[in-house]
Amino acid sequence: MSTVQESVTQTSSLGTVRETVPQVPATAGGRDLSPVATAAIARQQQKTAQTIARVASLVALALMLMAPMFVRHFVVFQFTQIIIYGIAIMSLNILTGASGQFSLGHSAFFAVGAYTTAILMEHGGMNYILTLPFAGCVCFVFGFLFGLPALRLSGVYLALATFSLAIAMPQFLKLGTFEHFTGGVQGLVVTKPDAPFGLKIDQDVWLYYVTLAVALIMYVLSVNLLNSRTGRAMMAIRDNQIAASSMGVNLALYKTLSFGISAGMTGVAGGLAAIVVAFVAPDGYSITFANALFLGMVIGGVGWLPGSLAGAAFIVLIPNVAESISKGLAGAVFGVFIIAVIFLFPNGARQAAYLAANWIRKLVGSTR
Amino acid sequence: MELLTNQVLAGIATGAIYACMALAVVMIYEAIDHLNFAQGEMAMFSTFIAWQLLEWGVPYWGAFFGSVAISFCGGVAIERTLFRPLATASILVQIAGFIALFSIINSSAGLIWDFSIKSFPSPFGSAPFLGSQLISDHQAGMFFITLILLGLLYFFFRFTRIGLAMRAAATLPDSARLVGINVGWMIALGWGLAAAIGAVAGILIAPVVFLEPNMMAGVLLYGFVGAVLGGLSSPAGAVAGGFMVGILENLAGTYIPVVGNELKLPIALAMIVTVLVFRPTGLFGRPQVQRV
Repeated sequence: MSTVQESVTQTSSLGTVRETVPQVPATAGGRDLSPVATAAIARQQQKTAQTIARVASLVALALMLMAPMFVRHFVVFQFTQIIIYGIAIMSLNILTGASGQFSLGHSAFFAVGAYTTAILMEHGGMNYILTLPFAGCVCFVFGFLFGLPALRLSGVYLALATFSLAIAMPQFLKLGTFEHFTGGVQGLVVTKPDAPFGLKIDQDVWLYYVTLAVALIMYVLSVNLLNSRTGRAMMAIRDNQIAASSMGVNLALYKTLSFGISAGMTGVAGGLAAIVVAFVAPDGYSITFANALFLGMVIGGVGWLPGSLAGAAFIVLIPNVAESISKGLAGAVFGVFIIAVIFLFPNGARQAAYLAANWIRKLVGSTR
Repeated sequence: MELLTNQVLAGIATGAIYACMALAVVMIYEAIDHLNFAQGEMAMFSTFIAWQLLEWGVPYWGAFFGSVAISFCGGVAIERTLFRPLATASILVQIAGFIALFSIINSSAGLIWDFSIKSFPSPFGSAPFLGSQLISDHQAGMFFITLILLGLLYFFFRFTRIGLAMRAAATLPDSARLVGINVGWMIALGWGLAAAIGAVAGILIAPVVFLEPNMMAGVLLYGFVGAVLGGLSSPAGAVAGGFMVGILENLAGTYIPVVGNELKLPIALAMIVTVLVFRPTGLFGRPQVQRV
């Protein structure tokens, strides 16, 4: 029993929210094995899986670090965007994958983060890096407060409440009363920062590395969060509310907390987006954007943090691919892509990654 | 006082649109237990079919019923090809499917009929209704058709065998299967009905909001809100909810100073969230009892 638990925690340390970890078969080669032998095999398999995942993430990280040297500037900008959306999708993943609530309104938190950064930079003259924690905190408070009424809602009703938040946000930002700060319909232009210490690299490349660093910090924090007491409480709520509350988990606290944390992370992503795009405007944060984030989460695999990046790549790149296939039918082609993905991989990139890992394990095993 | 009555009347007029849409939303919710985010686009497509039939010289009511029939078949076909394979998938995946459907229908309609705004005729004319400045004949007609539709649906679900079977399939699929109801087809039928009601809603709304591929964006949202406000489990509640949303929206625009008109939509939504906080299953919905 202890090995099963051990293997589960080990997987989760790689960013998977504990969920349907495939059970290791108790027989090998058709013979029943003693528990000890089974455990040994299980541990062996788990180890290979872990090594594969480690190697894969290191390779991915190395590729991401070197990417700007080999590609054109516009592509670097796109990569930055993918990573930013990846952070936002990861935060959605924490909310949905871990605590089981879901939100169609994360574009609103993204917008609040973006505007906080933009206003602090343009009106407060603050350093761009320093604005990010502020964006995170403001959104955390906002998300926490929004989480309070959301406590009583679940399922479609919660979806509708968050949906209306997403619809209402652009209208709030356009409001004449705050126009001095927000720039109203026109939005706000943000000065793009140069690389510090007189480094001779392009602004976009510099911001790419800044974004990558922030994303890594966010990722490590999220993994740790999910492995902590708080993370376990959230997952208990997701799996069975009544059981969780009878075990002494404070439902109200952890539900609002997960809303707050998720909103705060999205806020940081929003702040980064404001710096990188150098512009914020109300219509950039419409319900379409909220939908895109949601889609990114489903396609990346709900509850699998690394999948967020795959989901983000999908929502940034596939619309371009669709447009290059057919200009008039770009939306339809995009829709067909989505359907193809959810038919082939209902669990998103996560499922594809499992298949790939299994395949590599077999390959490694056969050469041994 | 007169301002109030006038605003309420105007609210009822716009509310009729939302009520139609809310009814379609509830229908599909009853059948498949999810909100269909592509419902508005399906209704828009049906309206375009009706418009095309009219262009080809089909008389109004011919085009009306023709489009409703085609939409019914279309709804069944979408369920059979797209959502049947996803029946066991998680709700999140199904919502992604709805978003995909939304984007496909919207973009195809744009390609076939382009994005220019088209006017759509009304069978009732647009003369003021009984001399009132606020409600036109068309809006009054829309109001009555919504009520007739509601009556028909009530009759269908309450007094016909197939209506009973559909209700059974929606509430307790497993037990329904045991007594010999073909649950899969009942769900397909639910899609068909929802598409047909959506077609009626679209055709009635088109003379007011004009016909174009994005005509339903706002309407669908209000339809959802109306449906949730009234309670997703109650068709009559959804219609009442739709009217309430129309009235609330108008009153908020008139009576809340300064920001009232700019924030009409957010204020209406805020009110609805407030209602939900106190009555989590809507005003007329059945509370869900969960077994531990």
